[in-house]
Amino acid sequence: MFKKHILTTPEVSSLQRQKLRAAFWFLAPMLLVLFCVAAWPLLRSIYFSFTNTSLTNLYGGEWVGFKNYLTWKTFSSGRTIYSGTLADPAWWNAVWNTVRFAVVSVSLETIIGLMVALVLNAEFKGRGLVRAAILIPWAIPTIVSAKMWAWMFNDQFGIINDMLLSVGLIDHKIAWTANIDTAMLSVLIVDIWKTTPFMALLCLAGLQMIPRDMYESAKIDGVHPIKVFFQVTLPLVKPALMVAVIFRTLDALRMFDLVYVLTPNSKATKTMSIISRENLIEFDKFAYGSAQSTLLFAIIALFVALYIWLGKLDLSGEKS
Amino acid sequence: MAKIELKNLIKTFGSTDVIRGVDLTINAGELMVFVGPSGCGKSTLLRLICGLEDITSGELLFDGVSMNDKVPSERGIAMVFQSYALYPHMSVYKNMAFGLKLANVSPQEMKNRVLEAAKMLQIDHLLERLPKQLSGGQRQRVAIGRAIVRDPRVFLFDEPLSNLDASLRVDTRLEIAKLHHKMKDTTMVYVTHDQVEAMTLADRICVLRDGNIEQVGTPEELYSHPKSLFVAGFIGSPKMNFLTGDIAEKHHCHTLGIRPEHLVIDHLDGIWSGEVVHTENLGADFFVFLDLGIKEPLVVRLDGQQRIPLGTQVNVRPLEEHLHRFDNNGLPITLTSNREKI
Repeated sequence: MFKKHILTTPEVSSLQRQKLRAAFWFLAPMLLVLFCVAAWPLLRSIYFSFTNTSLTNLYGGEWVGFKNYLTWKTFSSGRTIYSGTLADPAWWNAVWNTVRFAVVSVSLETIIGLMVALVLNAEFKGRGLVRAAILIPWAIPTIVSAKMWAWMFNDQFGIINDMLLSVGLIDHKIAWTANIDTAMLSVLIVDIWKTTPFMALLCLAGLQMIPRDMYESAKIDGVHPIKVFFQVTLPLVKPALMVAVIFRTLDALRMFDLVYVLTPNSKATKTMSIISRENLIEFDKFAYGSAQSTLLFAIIALFVALYIWLGKLDLSGEKS
Repeated sequence: MAKIELKNLIKTFGSTDVIRGVDLTINAGELMVFVGPSGCGKSTLLRLICGLEDITSGELLFDGVSMNDKVPSERGIAMVFQSYALYPHMSVYKNMAFGLKLANVSPQEMKNRVLEAAKMLQIDHLLERLPKQLSGGQRQRVAIGRAIVRDPRVFLFDEPLSNLDASLRVDTRLEIAKLHHKMKDTTMVYVTHDQVEAMTLADRICVLRDGNIEQVGTPEELYSHPKSLFVAGFIGSPKMNFLTGDIAEKHHCHTLGIRPEHLVIDHLDGIWSGEVVHTENLGADFFVFLDLGIKEPLVVRLDGQQRIPLGTQVNVRPLEEHLHRFDNNGLPITLTSNREKI
């Protein structure tokens, strides 16, 4: 239809029509691929969430409306019982876990990443080597680093307990990943260890965009380095930082692999992705899991929209 | 007021010598221009004076006080950068006041100083704008204003006009000249690769080449009495004609230099003759390129009214008193030179 539309628009010259046709055919393969791998699964998940489909009978689902999201029954006694994802405490626990994880990990990664980037931006011998070395945690596959950390966190043989005991910071061995109080902390430590290099790299790219003249001018004026950081560096690196934070927030909101390997089945770390997979695959509540996936998608979309909106507000605030 | 003295100043980057022992005195209140081709070390010399680069050896004195170990902010300097170096997220006012906030200046005093400088540069109506909302010329004024408010002893300019278009460059050059007349107590050092800027602005010019000083002097001195072939060729536009071979030998030198305006068309007494191969009409001036049968054509300046068609055979006569003679080391031959009579 799109193609037909361009070809029949009278005011478009033949050269322009030719260009548009070429553009369409160049874009078509990519659009097709995107439709197959992104749009179609997404739309299908959304559709499933409104049915009672089960994993064993993918095509036999019937339309049930919002039953998977929220439904209620009022008994003759006057008591109303709510059911569906939105009334499921396990779901809200997962939402809370995910949001808490995202906020803490992204904030710390941003701060530490920026500090690392500032160091890497300075000129010193062997800077290239350090820059390459710092990327190693990020380059290791998550499954591998999660297993590695799982061993380090091991309550009996783990090196972390051993080190903390020998310096006297703890007086008994802690089951870091299994203990409900420390599970989230363990996940956060590993994630920050793993992703800070990526953040640092994005920050470094932003820092290198700042002309050296700005710093030299401040140096001649005798402006204190801390003031230069907060009043010159930070505002100028902000656009790059915003992009990095958006990327990381999206990543963190759909956190799955690290939790799946490091702290499986811990109530304290179950994220939205983990719980929806559980329902989809393990509990054979396929439609219910689809509803949770759809909600996850909606929440991420909401966060992005919110973040972009806030970012724009801030930028225009500067102009005035 | 600050008298700047450079004593055997040397700067090396790794194994590369950038400044090779420069001795120079810049008088208090004077506008000194460093000029030279790119890579001659002029910007490095400026950065040594302001303290953005460390001095490898030698001494830098302001009014007899060593500045070698003083950080830039203790030297009482202000600098205008080629790129302006304005903070893009701050308004013009904030840009100008930013460096003042720490200098123990009261808020009222700060405001007065900024307003005064802004009025002087006619940017007082732009104070609330961001740099990106300004034209190139306006940005340059803000950069200059930011330097003025600091009330420096020494004012440094690092190729401040390079990013401006031709007409704006002329206007801003005039502004800087005016500024120099107004700020009589401030010593100014100005770096440029453009000899026209150097000639029009400078009290004295320092020509640099490969990290060495070629010649220091007033624009007139450099123009009339170049102390080397390099200076003779660098100062003046279009550049001096250089003749070698037989023609030079007749004048007992290796290279004979004559500026285009010191050649006269003379059909009777013209000693050199050639065919007109190219002409350039600049309105007020008319330049004729003559083929004398040597490598480079001889450029002759006529006033704008005269016209000579291409292909004409022309005889020219150099004004004897304006001939520059150089030996094979590029040094001027002065003993019997007619130039001494001037």
